Amino acid sequence: MTRFVELFQNRLGRELAGPLLALLAVLVIFGLSSPQFFSQATFGSVAFQLPELGLLTLAMLFPLLTGGLNLAITFTANFAGLTLAWALKSQGGLDAGPAAMVLGCILAIGAGAATGLVMGLVLAYTRAHPILVSLSMMIFIRGLGEFLTRGGDISGFPDFIRPLGHGSLLGIPVPLILLIACVALWHFLLMRTKLGFNTYMVGSNIEAVRYSGINTRKVIILVYTLSGAMSAVAGIIMLARFNSVRVGHGESYLLITVLACFLGGINPFGGFGRVLPVFVALVVLQLLSSGLNLLGANQHLATAVWGLLLVGIMILRWVASQYKSINTSKG
Amino acid sequence: MALTDHTLDSVRPLLSLQNINISFGGVQALKNVSFDVLPGEVHCLAGENGSGKSTLIKIITGVYQPAGGASISFDGQSYDHMSPVVAQSKGIQVIWQDLALFPEMTVAENIAFQTVLGRWPRLVNYRHMRELAIQALDRLGVLLDVDAPLKSFPIAQRQIVAIARALVGEAKVVFMDEPTASLTQSETDHLLNIVRTLSGRGVAVVFVSHRLAEVLDISSRLTVLRDGGLVGVYPTAGMTQSRITELMTGKTFDNHVRAADRTTGSKVLKVDGLTRRGEFDSVSFTVREGETLGIIGLLGAGRTELALTLFGMSKPDSGAITLNGHSVQFQSNRAAIDAGIAYLSEDRLSLGLIQPQSIADNLVISSLHKIQKNGVLSDSRKQQLVAGWIAELGVKIGQQGDAISTLSGGNQQRVAIAKWLATDPKLLILDAPTVGVDVGARAGIFDIVAKLADAGLAIILISDEVPEVYFNADRVLHMAQGQIVGTFDPRSCTLQDIEAAVYA
Repeated sequence: MTRFVELFQNRLGRELAGPLLALLAVLVIFGLSSPQFFSQATFGSVAFQLPELGLLTLAMLFPLLTGGLNLAITFTANFAGLTLAWALKSQGGLDAGPAAMVLGCILAIGAGAATGLVMGLVLAYTRAHPILVSLSMMIFIRGLGEFLTRGGDISGFPDFIRPLGHGSLLGIPVPLILLIACVALWHFLLMRTKLGFNTYMVGSNIEAVRYSGINTRKVIILVYTLSGAMSAVAGIIMLARFNSVRVGHGESYLLITVLACFLGGINPFGGFGRVLPVFVALVVLQLLSSGLNLLGANQHLATAVWGLLLVGIMILRWVASQYKSINTSKG
Repeated sequence: MALTDHTLDSVRPLLSLQNINISFGGVQALKNVSFDVLPGEVHCLAGENGSGKSTLIKIITGVYQPAGGASISFDGQSYDHMSPVVAQSKGIQVIWQDLALFPEMTVAENIAFQTVLGRWPRLVNYRHMRELAIQALDRLGVLLDVDAPLKSFPIAQRQIVAIARALVGEAKVVFMDEPTASLTQSETDHLLNIVRTLSGRGVAVVFVSHRLAEVLDISSRLTVLRDGGLVGVYPTAGMTQSRITELMTGKTFDNHVRAADRTTGSKVLKVDGLTRRGEFDSVSFTVREGETLGIIGLLGAGRTELALTLFGMSKPDSGAITLNGHSVQFQSNRAAIDAGIAYLSEDRLSLGLIQPQSIADNLVISSLHKIQKNGVLSDSRKQQLVAGWIAELGVKIGQQGDAISTLSGGNQQRVAIAKWLATDPKLLILDAPTVGVDVGARAGIFDIVAKLADAGLAIILISDEVPEVYFNADRVLHMAQGQIVGTFDPRSCTLQDIEAAVYA
């Protein structure tokens, strides 16, 4: 078993090994216990449900790597959705054209980025704690959104946006394609750009990075702006999938995104972690939920199993580190 | 205080260890070491990092257990090994370098908290703690507000609190781990007075350090460890710092003045009347190509503040900085780096390097534009750049991807120097470059500095150790209270001349 683990780690990198093994375990266990598990239906439901959580997780990932947190992601997504809804409504609602949609998406992403920008500015200049700053932003946009919508749903959008939430291209669901594109973009930003490099460094020791001649304020501001923009993308997908916008939609995803990041090997104190293992961790979580659903388990039980899984992973990691230190001290 | 040799023989040791052996993972950390402490004596335990000093203390305090065959006796009783509870209850106290205090708690709580641990009833008697704390401070002849939180005091006072805590524990012997590392001269003097008081009351004090100049005078004996073995026990009378260095490293160092006439090189940096209120005042000097300018000053003299202003991290209130003939005003340290100024921080652990991150990433962080290919970061360029500097500066590493914290102090410092050389500086400011670097590795650092100067780099060498600047700089500026108060030429003055001025 250990040789197996080592083989994985050597081939795919340390961080990817854990989530991939978990993926394998989930596939084997559900494959054996339910004959319908390996079916189009299962993977279809996973493929359509994954993107919302996935995009929000990407939004959480960047701030986590700096040792921070963005608690405003779900309400930022709602806020961006409202922005898009407003653009469509003002251009004729059901009769709005593609131009209104494009403009609305740009405005929505701009609105999301703006919330991130404000948080980034506050964090960079006041050095306040990210939990406090993002919590304040979350409460602000939640209140603002509820005030504007009077707590209700907004619906009635043109039909041509439905494929964005439900359509497939060459058999692959459109939202999944979008998620994969965003994963690729995040991977590129983190591994190949100065911003990505500095994000990791800031996560380990921001003062030392500042002494190295890096504008750490700019890094923090950009990170939160990107996080806000990615939340907005999630908000647009949510609008298309539900054909409506409601403030508070997707709220329960908030802490799941943090846990998905930790499951994917992101260091809770910042500085370490990669995008691909997080993506695999997301697939595991979604398969687990769909698999349990297939076995007839209650949806709430699936959430409970997520929690158990994460606790189990933490304990396994601890055991692995103990095992490793015993091995090295043996010489 | 120093006892004569005759009395040493006749006094029975308070603490005595024989045949101490211990191994970790196949590495023998201590080989057949013996060590003893006499009642009320002041003893120095010297050795480089990794020589086994802290392992020995951990055996004495019961944290580690020695291999079979060891004998430990303390205060007339014999033990196979110690345990932390026994060691403390019998009066063995250690003041670690990080002091192990609680910054948020009051002075009284810090001093007396151990007395309330594990006693029935499990309640805290604050009045009793206060009294104990006041008594302990009184015995040291120190006045401190025992109700103030510890964090409101500077490091020197905190150290006194740690000593007072040891006294509450009825110490018979107190080990002090690197006690003077972060103290100014007057604070060190005060500490030494307290040590005299302790010793006068019959409490033995053992200094554990590799910087012994300050404590040499008041100690009577010196035990030197090297590579886990005992080098010897020596009377401190007639001992010099350089002799101790030889004993610790097993090498003789050919210390010679490297200063030369550098007035032919062009002026790289010219500073005129530079002032930043509360930090430094009317500072003027020049540094030329190939010149190493030493700046000596005690902690708080404004040396680091001056360096940070030159590096663009703080703005001067008045005065001018001229770099290569052009007047400059930096808006950020990035601007200073781009103009050719590099600054090696005095605080390598928290400002100089990003400890958890890799050797490679630490080396390239300030010159990321060099590892870009078509606008994106290239792993192969990074590896090339890093490998080049690792070879150039002779850094001993495992893998480029290993965390920098896995390297020794000397090797970390070489990486830090490489990080700045990679930015192609014209002026390199080295702020206390040998802090936390073993004596043996220091010479290697200064060989690099000399080579860089020969290649034409202008260097400012900031230090609070006179020999460092005396032997390695071409000119020495003496800084005190934010001002340049003297200039020395090592070719025409002695080490003692500078020491006399600095410690006056």
